[in-house]
Amino acid sequence: MRWIWIDNFVEFEPGKRASAVKNITLAEEHLHDHFPGYPIMPASLLIEGMAQTAGILVGETRSFKENVILAKIRRAEFDGYAVPGDQVRFDAVLETIDERAAATTGLVLKNGEPMGKVDLMFSHINQSEKPIDLPDHNFVFTDGFLNLLASFRSRGASGSHPTHGS
Amino acid sequence: MAVSGDEVFSRIQGVLTDALGVDAEEVSPEATLQGDLGAESIDFLDIVFRLEKAFSIKIPKGELFPDDILNNPDFVEGDRLTRAGLERLKTAMPHADFSKFESEPSVSKMPELFTVRTIVKYVESKLRAA
Repeated sequence: MRWIWIDNFVEFEPGKRASAVKNITLAEEHLHDHFPGYPIMPASLLIEGMAQTAGILVGETRSFKENVILAKIRRAEFDGYAVPGDQVRFDAVLETIDERAAATTGLVLKNGEPMGKVDLMFSHINQSEKPIDLPDHNFVFTDGFLNLLASFRSRGASGSHPTHGS
Repeated sequence: MAVSGDEVFSRIQGVLTDALGVDAEEVSPEATLQGDLGAESIDFLDIVFRLEKAFSIKIPKGELFPDDILNNPDFVEGDRLTRAGLERLKTAMPHADFSKFESEPSVSKMPELFTVRTIVKYVESKLRAA
């Protein structure tokens, strides 16, 4: 199972904002334990989806030169929950970025309706200052994430992309 | 834009309650960020970002929380700051109160310099200079 909690970008304004969608499906193994007979997308994975959306936005701003690591969840509030069949959208906005870190704010929507707010802080770890047991290459922005952005761009969308029901 | 002293403190209180998840009553002027309010290293950066936003100021790296002292061998000997290290710290942090720290400048006691009042004085000086 791949650790990718977003399916597609629907909007990507470099250095400013990004939106990605995730379709919740009963084919996801963990939903059968969370909970048996009552599948709900865990809030922790909604936060991870936002972290991946916002993290790619942050990384792209600096050409994926550094490893962008989620460092702090400044806020995560949810109102309601998402179940198989729902489409969740992560709208991330880049608030601050410098060579040390970045801060993002974000809205989580379920089928177009607001259902949560997730604000995050990311640290930049470049090759010279990383702890010695981390790999030498960029281990955050692997093919999986880079392909998501590449496929969005190759679909010809240069900024906004029309979404269903938005 | 002139901001009153009370307003400065109140905004800083808001920044710290949001960043550290503490109650407003815990954010007294003498409270230390690490000891009393439980701040960790990433929180210091979060606080810097939030202060920049709350007061529309720019806080260069190391200006509020100096970060070039402990890794400089001229400034640290064992667990204590050298005279040069103490002088450098005092120059870097004119907004802090060194009266207690001066008599025993040990590295382990440095976090006690970072109080809420330290931040208030720093922000006030930035606003005056703006």
